[in-house]
Amino acid sequence: MAAALSATARSAIRFLLNGESVAVTDVAPQTTLLEFLRNRHGLTGTKEGCAEGDCGACTVVLAEPADDAQRLAWKPVNACIRLLPSVAGMAVFTIESLKSTEGELHPAQRVLVDHHGSQCGFCTPGFTMSLFGLYKNIYRPTRAQVEDAISGNLCRCTGYRPIVAAALAMHDQAPAPAAADWRACGVAADGSQVVGTGETELLARLASLAQDGTFAYEAAGRRWWAPRTGDALAALVDAHPEARLVAGATDVGLWITKQHRDVGDIVYTGEVADLKQIRETATQLEIGAAVSLTGAFAALSGEWPELREVWARFASVPIRNSGTLGGNVANGSPIGDSMPVLMALGATVVLRLGPATRKLALEALYVAYQKTALRPGEFVVEIRVPRRSSPLLLRAYKISKRFDQDISAVFACFALTLDGERITTARIGCGGVAATPRRAIQTEAVLVGQRWNEATADAAARTLADEFEPIGDMRASADYRRTVLGNLLHRFRLETTGTAVPTRVEQLASTTM
Amino acid sequence: MNAPHPRPLAGTSAGSPMIAGAPEPHDSALLHVTGEAQYTDDLPEPRGLLHVALGVSPIPHGRLRGIDLDAVRAVPGVVAVITAADIPGVNDVGPIQHDDPILAQELVEFAGQPIFAVAATDVNTARRAAKLAKFDLEPLPAILTIDAALAAQSYVLPPVHVARGDAAAALARAPRRLRGTLRAGGQDHFYLEGQIAVAIPREHGGMQIFTSTQHPGEVQHMVAHALGIAAHDVVVECRRMGGAFGGKETQMSLFACVAAIIARKTGRAAKLRLDRDDDMRSTGKRHAFSYAYDVGFDDDGRILGLDLTLASRCGFSADLSGPVNDRAVFHVDNAYWLPDVALHSYRCKTNTVSDTAFRGFGGPQGMLPIEHVLSEIAVALGRDPLDVRRVNFYGTGTRNVTPFGMTIEDNVAPEIVAQLEESSRYRARRVEIAQWNRTSPVIRRGLALVPVKFGISFTATHYNQAGALLHLYNDGTLLLNHGGTEMGQGLFTKVAQVVAQELGVPLATVRISASDTSKVPNASPTAASSGSDLNGMAARNAARELRQRLVAFAAGKFGCDPEVVEFRDGAVIAGTRTLPFAELARMAYMARVQLSATGFYATPKIHYDRKTLSGRPFFYFAYGAAVAEVAIDTLTGEHRLLAVDILHDVGTSINPALDRGQIEGGFIQGWGWLAQEELWWNDQGELKTHAPSTYKIPTAHDVPEHFRVEFFGQPNREDTIYRSKAVGEPPFMLALAGFDALRDAVASVADYRLAPKLDAPATDERILAAVTELRQRMLADG
Repeated sequence: MAAALSATARSAIRFLLNGESVAVTDVAPQTTLLEFLRNRHGLTGTKEGCAEGDCGACTVVLAEPADDAQRLAWKPVNACIRLLPSVAGMAVFTIESLKSTEGELHPAQRVLVDHHGSQCGFCTPGFTMSLFGLYKNIYRPTRAQVEDAISGNLCRCTGYRPIVAAALAMHDQAPAPAAADWRACGVAADGSQVVGTGETELLARLASLAQDGTFAYEAAGRRWWAPRTGDALAALVDAHPEARLVAGATDVGLWITKQHRDVGDIVYTGEVADLKQIRETATQLEIGAAVSLTGAFAALSGEWPELREVWARFASVPIRNSGTLGGNVANGSPIGDSMPVLMALGATVVLRLGPATRKLALEALYVAYQKTALRPGEFVVEIRVPRRSSPLLLRAYKISKRFDQDISAVFACFALTLDGERITTARIGCGGVAATPRRAIQTEAVLVGQRWNEATADAAARTLADEFEPIGDMRASADYRRTVLGNLLHRFRLETTGTAVPTRVEQLASTTM
Repeated sequence: MNAPHPRPLAGTSAGSPMIAGAPEPHDSALLHVTGEAQYTDDLPEPRGLLHVALGVSPIPHGRLRGIDLDAVRAVPGVVAVITAADIPGVNDVGPIQHDDPILAQELVEFAGQPIFAVAATDVNTARRAAKLAKFDLEPLPAILTIDAALAAQSYVLPPVHVARGDAAAALARAPRRLRGTLRAGGQDHFYLEGQIAVAIPREHGGMQIFTSTQHPGEVQHMVAHALGIAAHDVVVECRRMGGAFGGKETQMSLFACVAAIIARKTGRAAKLRLDRDDDMRSTGKRHAFSYAYDVGFDDDGRILGLDLTLASRCGFSADLSGPVNDRAVFHVDNAYWLPDVALHSYRCKTNTVSDTAFRGFGGPQGMLPIEHVLSEIAVALGRDPLDVRRVNFYGTGTRNVTPFGMTIEDNVAPEIVAQLEESSRYRARRVEIAQWNRTSPVIRRGLALVPVKFGISFTATHYNQAGALLHLYNDGTLLLNHGGTEMGQGLFTKVAQVVAQELGVPLATVRISASDTSKVPNASPTAASSGSDLNGMAARNAARELRQRLVAFAAGKFGCDPEVVEFRDGAVIAGTRTLPFAELARMAYMARVQLSATGFYATPKIHYDRKTLSGRPFFYFAYGAAVAEVAIDTLTGEHRLLAVDILHDVGTSINPALDRGQIEGGFIQGWGWLAQEELWWNDQGELKTHAPSTYKIPTAHDVPEHFRVEFFGQPNREDTIYRSKAVGEPPFMLALAGFDALRDAVASVADYRLAPKLDAPATDERILAAVTELRQRMLADG
């Protein structure tokens, strides 16, 4: 059992940094990747704009073996809240790596120059790395894909028009990197995947870094464990109940950068193989707690395409690449967006304490503000979502000041099953209106057994607007939250009862002019 | 759409092809995309560098009876702690009034005000330690809002009243009359690079400062005062800023002074880099405004009399609030003739951070109420808002004097509006949208066309000067310093284009190096959109001086008439001889010709009386107009910018690509101010939107695919650098079209018969409230 530091444990954080092997032994485990890049390696191209994963100036690209182990998965992440030990075994690429050895700009760089996509330039390395990630993963992206790829990158100078234009032109930019170059696009024009020799070489080098067993690291009096199995994780948590369980660090990272907290010893879930699985059984989706938000949302959208928009609006690509569904669920924030959806879908969570596991309805996990039913040492293993029932009327709505990368003022997910016109079941998950994510039980009761029409919606909307007692804060007043929650039920009715009227401002964005 | 081709320049004899006028990329573009561009925090760190963090007031107003710093000092790694008592010189960084302490001494006046600074061997230690002080603070009543300040007559500067004619009589006579109120929120600059300063002790007790600033000269003077040393012992350098937008015109001074005081005290270099949250809590923003108006008009919508009160939240000190509010008053007219007018400007003192310069510098806040009033008049008369705007336009020859007594000689607003009305299909779209709205119960669309007229020149007349220093090395390369600073706007690129143009050399021959107080003294801030106008002229004068010397030398050397010596394409043609420019430089050097020149420029024609706010504060006006189309959701208040068409007056563009970038970026930043970005304080005076997680500037998705920008092609009638026009600020105000389009969309709910009550920023919540209020009023009105 690798519960404690042992002689066989690796003592260095080994990874590839811009293609060079790096072994770190003396940096505190709660050091961010950004601090390491700038202060230890003098790689100052990566910038700090906010130190909370909201501006993207620190974007770097991580490459790690994809699920099939035949190629690399390329993922932009925010270096400012990425803890350094979590990149062990990966290839980290920063802005300094993008030019070819001959000094040729990468197409993601060239197009930004040609389209006048930089003004002050401080955000530019981050945008460039986001565009590089996009370049690798999608051949000739659409405008929507471009907007999604840079939804976590803020620019205060350009108004974005030239950056979007640049991104749309990337794959037509000559010269493109040779196919053998790791910088080359990983997708052919026909959509098939391309794995060049550069990527194969990187894979081989990463394979040589890979080791079995719990990775244990210690520096500056603080320890980091990255177990590989659920059993090892359970044993570690049991042996070190004081240690902090960390997944993507998209929240804990802020405790470090913003609150200057010493988070103590850390048990990292990001390497636990059995927590990174998504299983589809005949009756349910089982999503491991350490599955990234990107992975989890892809699976959920596959089953429930109605959810695509809210998932695309959940944080940003880099955050979704680092953050996990289990982290979002375990964190239990009243303004987290995954829980209202999962509640409406009837999800349960599997919890583990030592060898024992138990199952809870998701809504039962949340006890009070930032308080869950998790016992000391207990952790979320997986989230189980019953497969789609049919016919199902499903919509999820996020209301926030900004469309992309914002925290919800109000979030609502409505799921109705009908028998003819009659509502047989109703589940409504709500966020932003109470101290925890909540089901709207009273409103559900108003709906069940009724015909799904305007009169029913009116009655239900009135109940829903009064069902919670939200607070007012910088995101919205209490009144607004209540009113909008009720109004969203009207929108749901309009969108699911065959009325053809436009219900979203977004529908008009590409149709006018 | 590609940028339109530049038109050839008139009146520049040297150089071909035209370098000035070409859409050259930003001179740092290659450095930006490779991460090689160095910002202050990227510079190699000096040996023994200390990192500094600030300890700030937790309350908005209180008497500081004592500070217990023992816990701060006890943290391992802490090297020094300073309070106001450690300041060797003057404890003040007020740019005009002396009411801006570096570190609060007896009184704290806003939550987030720096009280002490701690220096440690690393930044995390310093920041952790800074949280450990125990303040003995006696809370005092805090004034947090404009309303509270007005009620208490709490001002940072005395009220200012500007009047022409007899507004009261005109109002009394007017056939129709409207009264109302309006509010506009502030705005955080959200430059991506936060405030930072590095101070390095030098000989003679001097100090070198690297900082991110629009005004190195101000930093130089403030540091000298704080240390009690002379200006010639402080050198300030800034190669580039990661954005500024006015937020680094005065706000950097405090941080530079703290770094310098620490460096002086410890003898070690010191760096103070603010975390984003600290930056947003402790630095000033765009002024929020509150308005009350009384307008009289005729049945065609012509304004006959206007009485307008503008009250702004200035925060705890004056900073630049005087000139910001003056400029607001100067822009109440926007493009409209206001015959009898009374303007009342209140500069409210509140226990909030001291507000400061921000792109537009009060201009946007001045224009917002008049556009609101015109749209209200349109609703009252049942007319198209554009028709009401048009009947109020300034005239040519008549109806062309501003309320502050300046005759407008260059009015092109009517022409710009007419062109844009046509090219944007404004009329047809109005009809389409009104019809569409009748069929759409939930989503409503809105459309508006708004013109902009913006005065160009610093209202502080003495700032309208610039210097440049040009070196020609004997290998033929040129190095230029000028007083301007580079914050992304492309100033260095434009000025290099000017020098290349004048000397007929390729652009790559000209290098512009960091702004440096030891190269060009007494430089003005790069602000007020003046960068290219002032520094372009100064650089041109330096280049012409140098060129004259080279012409005289070449004419003598090659025995030709000076008149026929030409500089083009990197070559010099002197009679029958053609030689590379570098060769001439070498020959001139060998012949002991002075190859360094200075240039100077002072803007002509301007003058005004600061007491009465009358005269000609502006050399000229920049114009533009925008059409914006939006959609709103009447169930949630969500809104979306759908399409933008802009026609903007840049005179003869020196660089159309950079100018377009200013227009697009300015518009979206303005849209952020009016429609999205909300600063929110709680009732304890704490700013709760102090990071990008809570303060939401636009992202790429907020920008419409249809975003058309065209230039109004006429040269500046005034003699500016190559007849170009300033472009930094004016486009910001084009976003008023977006705000008015939102009002228009809301008005559709009452079939355009009632005017909505919509304040800025028009967040989802405010839009929903305006929709709800309008529906209630419609029911009440029957």
